[in-house]
Amino acid sequence: MTTLLSVQEINVHHGQLHAVRDFSLDVNDGEKTAVIGANGAGKSTLMRAIAGTHRPTSGRIFLRGEDITDLHAGRRVEAGIALVPEGRRLFRSLSLEENLLTGTYRKRRGTWSLEAIFELFPWMKERRAKPVARLSGGEQQAVAIGRALLSNPDVLLIDELSLGLAPSIVARIYGMIPRVVETGCSVLFVEQNVAQALSVADRALCLLEGRTVLTGVASELERSEVEDAYFGVAHGRGGRKERNSDADS
Amino acid sequence: MQILDALAQGILLGGLYTLFAVGLSIMFGVMRIVNLAHGDFAILAAFLAILLVGETSFPVWLVVAITVPAFAAIGYFLQRTLFQQSLNSGPLSTLLVTFGMSIVIQNALLEAFSANPQRLDVGQLATASFPVGPIAIPYIGVLGLMLAILCIVAIELFLRRTATGRMTRAVSDDPDTARLTGANSRHIYGLATGIAFGAVAIAGLLLAARSSVEPTAGSMRLIFAFEAVVIGGLGSLWGTLVGGLSLGVVQTLVAHFDPSSSILAGHLLFLLVLAFRPQGLIPARSL
Repeated sequence: MTTLLSVQEINVHHGQLHAVRDFSLDVNDGEKTAVIGANGAGKSTLMRAIAGTHRPTSGRIFLRGEDITDLHAGRRVEAGIALVPEGRRLFRSLSLEENLLTGTYRKRRGTWSLEAIFELFPWMKERRAKPVARLSGGEQQAVAIGRALLSNPDVLLIDELSLGLAPSIVARIYGMIPRVVETGCSVLFVEQNVAQALSVADRALCLLEGRTVLTGVASELERSEVEDAYFGVAHGRGGRKERNSDADS
Repeated sequence: MQILDALAQGILLGGLYTLFAVGLSIMFGVMRIVNLAHGDFAILAAFLAILLVGETSFPVWLVVAITVPAFAAIGYFLQRTLFQQSLNSGPLSTLLVTFGMSIVIQNALLEAFSANPQRLDVGQLATASFPVGPIAIPYIGVLGLMLAILCIVAIELFLRRTATGRMTRAVSDDPDTARLTGANSRHIYGLATGIAFGAVAIAGLLLAARSSVEPTAGSMRLIFAFEAVVIGGLGSLWGTLVGGLSLGVVQTLVAHFDPSSSILAGHLLFLLVLAFRPQGLIPARSL
């Protein structure tokens, strides 16, 4: 397996907040990696930094060995990174089909075409001309994923797919991720639901206050271990604070 | 019959207003920029064309063919530099920047061309008309209305049928997410401003061909254009046409009875729409 995406010691600030601290991660070809962590752990900021809408203050990001840190988000789509943003963020004045087609703007070649998306989500075909505001949350999420896939990415980033959706719908949408990986695309996704994340991912890492506190093969991680990392119990409050101040000084 | 004549003239005048308003509507629709120098750019285009006609032996059509694309290019350039800079520092600063540009352009024109009104010589076209029943319809008025409709059709086709147009609408909805799907929003903003400037150049040339213009004529044009956009409904190009036509018709009809109240009547229509139908005559829809 070769390293596809390599994030090296990035720090990202969100205003005054140091949201992501010395974060490193390698994503291999065809791998599904889950980033788990509680609210405010810096997961979304991390995804935006990789997608290029939020500049890291330090560190580098490589795609297939090429430094993409200085590319703007549009160019990163061209390079092969697509993000399904938190909260879907569909274009409300565009129809379903037009929303999907915005993904083709950079004209990357690959397996995903409008027809392939309609095959993956058959219900879309007859509702293609509908405004997206009429769609249910789950349907909107599917459109957001289809839009990202149409840019034929090498790495698909998904931020909080399950946000505001019923568990059965979440499971169904996650069910199509193997089909995505089959086409040669790696998936890096953020998920608050630990059980859901571990059942889908090959590898998982847990963020706590911007740091990686746990990483491992998804099937081998102990549930209690993950829970401790998730809530930061293992380190104890006082201990962690001390470590942070060491790192900052 | 005179009422009918006033109505016809009003519709044709409305075509000119629409032409002015289209650019304003696009810049507001895509970037939420209210370009206070919009009218002055039209006058600048007119004087540029007058200068070209005076200094070269180019025929008028060639001067038009140079001025309009040149203005579109200037628009793109200005957006990528000055307007983008000011957008980055909040909506108020774009108002201040364009207000400043308005003053700069007016005074530069006064300096270069004096305060004398001038006109773009288009020969017979400026005065010729054809009879429809008892009414005389001026060719240049019809040309203005046709150009306005043509501009809107062309821009609508661009927005609905091309990939770049689709992305322009996406950027107008949510620039952040549009970047995630591959857009370079600054380039898209540049294109939108280029289109707006092309349209405003056409409007300026037409205005100078109809009647003489002076360097300070832009401010009044801005007000009419702004009123047309608001009456029609913000962000809707066909609404802008409806707004421009209603403004033209109301002004001309009132002028028929009392010439001194004509401009006031236009402003009153604008206020009435704002008070009772703030979303505009054609309900707002995003670009």
